[in-house]
Amino acid sequence: MQIIFFILAGVALVTGGLVVFQRHPLRSALWLIVNFFAVAGIYLLAHAEFIAAIQVIVYAGAIMVLFLFVIMLLNLREPEAEAKFMHLGQKVGGIILAVFTVLLLIYGVMQVVLPPGKAAPPGLGNTESIARLLFTDYLLPFEVTSVLLLVAIVGAVVLAKSKLK
Amino acid sequence: MTLNIPSFNLASIGPWITLSIFAIAILLADALSPKGNRTAAPLLALAGLAVAGFQTISLWGKNGLDFARMVYVDNFSLFFYMVFILGTALTVLISLQYLKDYGKNLAEYYALLLFATVGMMLMAAGAHLIMIFLGLEVMSIAVYVLAGLFREDARSNEAALKYLVLGAFASAFLLFGMAMLYGAAGGTLFLNDLPGRLTAGFKPLTLLAIALLVVGFGFKVASVPFHMWTPDVYEGAPTSVTAFMAVGVKTAAFAAFARVFFLAFPTLMPDWTMVLWVLAVATMTLGNVVAIAQTNIKRMLAYSSIAHAGYLLVALVAANQLGAVSLMYYLLAYTLMNLGAFGVVILVGRKKDSYLSIYDYAGLGAQHPALAAAMALFMFALAGIPPTAGFVGKFYIFSAAVKAGYIWLAIIGVMNSVVSVYYYLRITVLMYMKPAEADLGPINFAPAVTATLLLTAAGVVLIGVFPGFLYNLALNSVKIFPGL
Repeated sequence: MQIIFFILAGVALVTGGLVVFQRHPLRSALWLIVNFFAVAGIYLLAHAEFIAAIQVIVYAGAIMVLFLFVIMLLNLREPEAEAKFMHLGQKVGGIILAVFTVLLLIYGVMQVVLPPGKAAPPGLGNTESIARLLFTDYLLPFEVTSVLLLVAIVGAVVLAKSKLK
Repeated sequence: MTLNIPSFNLASIGPWITLSIFAIAILLADALSPKGNRTAAPLLALAGLAVAGFQTISLWGKNGLDFARMVYVDNFSLFFYMVFILGTALTVLISLQYLKDYGKNLAEYYALLLFATVGMMLMAAGAHLIMIFLGLEVMSIAVYVLAGLFREDARSNEAALKYLVLGAFASAFLLFGMAMLYGAAGGTLFLNDLPGRLTAGFKPLTLLAIALLVVGFGFKVASVPFHMWTPDVYEGAPTSVTAFMAVGVKTAAFAAFARVFFLAFPTLMPDWTMVLWVLAVATMTLGNVVAIAQTNIKRMLAYSSIAHAGYLLVALVAANQLGAVSLMYYLLAYTLMNLGAFGVVILVGRKKDSYLSIYDYAGLGAQHPALAAAMALFMFALAGIPPTAGFVGKFYIFSAAVKAGYIWLAIIGVMNSVVSVYYYLRITVLMYMKPAEADLGPINFAPAVTATLLLTAAGVVLIGVFPGFLYNLALNSVKIFPGL
C-alpha cells in the first residue's frame, strides 16, 4: 500500500509541476488530467471512494472538457510571450516567500500526531454515509450550495450574454 | 433504512429565504415582462429587503442554534443582518440613476445584490466553518460579477478579473486553514466545539490554521499586506458597486472574522492578537499615508477604506467586550458615512463618471451648497471629528484598546486619525475655498440618491449624538462570546 501511495504521490507532484512549466496551454491541460487521476488514486487509498469517483467524473471528465473547449475557442496556438515586466527582485522575493511558506506548512503538519482512524464502514465504499450526512446534518450547507450555483449561473449570463437588453 | 432529518425552524433563516426568493422573483419578472420595462427590479429588491428587515426584527432576542447546529440565531448575527440590509437598500437607491446613465439598469444587478446580501448573512450567522465559507463564496461570486458589470469598459474588466483571481487565491487560503483546523480539532468544524477540541498538543497546527484564516479574512477586509487589489478594483468597478464592496463585503468579513476568532480561539488570544496588532498598525499607516497622494476620489476612498480596516482590526486586537461592541458600532457608522460619500461621488461624477478627480470638487460649495455640505459632513465623519458617528466609533475602538492594555496601539491609531484629517479636509477645503476651474454645470439630483444622502447624513449625525441606543444593542449582542 505504501509503495502505491508513494508512486501516486510522485506522479501527482511531477505532473503538477509539468502543468505549471509547460509553455503550451494544451499540454498543461493534458498533464492536469494525469494529475487528477493520480490524486483520485490517493483518495482511493484513503478509503474515500466517493471522492475518488467524483474526482474522475467531475474534474478529469467535465472540467477538463471545459478547459479544452476554452483553449480551442480562444485558439491559443502560439505560446504567450514571456512577461517582460517581472523584475529580478520580484522573482527572488517570490521564490524565497514561497519556500518559506512551504517550510512553515511542512513544519506545522509534521507536528501532528493523528489518533488512530476509524475503520472503514463495512460494505463497498462510503457513498451511502456521505449521502446520509448530506441529507441530515449537512442539509443546510447542501441547500445553500444550490444558491451558490444559481449565483454563478446568473453571473455567467451577465458577463457573457452577447446582448443584454 | 430511514433518514432522520433533524428538526428545524425555517423562520430562523427567514431573511435568507426572503432575499433569495425576491432575487429569483426579480429575475423571473424581468424574463416575463416586456422589453425595456425594468422599473420593477429595484422596487422588488427594496420590498425584499424591507420584508427581510421585518423578519430580522421579529427574530431579535432569540438565542440559539438551528439546522443541526449549522446556524446561529442570536443578536450578534441579527445586528449584522440589519447592517447588511441597510447597506444593500442604500446601494439600490444610489444605483438606479447611475446605472440608467450607463444603460446598464439590469434586473440581474439587483438580483445579484440580494444574493450577495444572503451570502453576507450566511457569514455573520454561520455556526460551522463550511457555512461561513459558503457564505463567503456566494457573496464573492456575486460581487466579482458586479465589479465587471460594465463589460465594455476595460477598467471594469480589469477590476473584475483582478478581484476574481486574487479572491479565489484568498479563498483557497481560507479553505486550507479550515482543513488544518479540521485536523487539529480531530474532525469537527463547529465553532462551538472548537475551543474544547483544540488541545495543546495540536498548537502548532492550530497556529498554522489561524495564520491561513488571517490571510483569507485579511484579503476580504482589505488589510495590509493583502490590500494590493483594493485601489484598482475600487477604481475600476462601477461606483455603486464600489460602495457596496466597501461597506457590505468588509462588514461581512469582519463579522465572520470576529465570530470565528472570539469564539473558537479564546485560549490562543495572546498569539493571534500579536499578529493582528502588527496587521492593524501596518493597515492604518499604509492606508492613511498613501491616501494623501491620491487625486482620484475613488482611489482615495479605497485607501481610506484600507485605513478603516486598520481601525477595525484594532477593535479585534482589543478582544474585550468593548472591542466587540465598538466593532459593531463602527461597522454601522462606516456603512452610513461611506455610502453617503459614494452617493456624492455618483452625483458629482455625472455623465459616465467624467468628474472623478478631487479637483472637480473645487467650487462645489458655492455652486451646490447643499451637496457640498453633505460631502463635508461625510468627510468629517470619516476623519472622526465630533459630533459625527465616526468620532464616537473611533472613541469606542481606542478606549477598548486602552482598556485591554494596548496603549501604544491606541496612540498609533489616534496619530493615524490625525494624518487622515489631511486628505479628508482637503476635499472640504477644495469645495469651499478654491474657485471652480470651470462652471460645474447642472447636477442631476435623482430623487433616490438625494434621499440616500439625506438618510445617511441624518444617520451619521443622529447615531453620533445619541450612540447610547446602539451601544446597548451591541453590548446586548456580544454577550455570546464567553471568552471576552
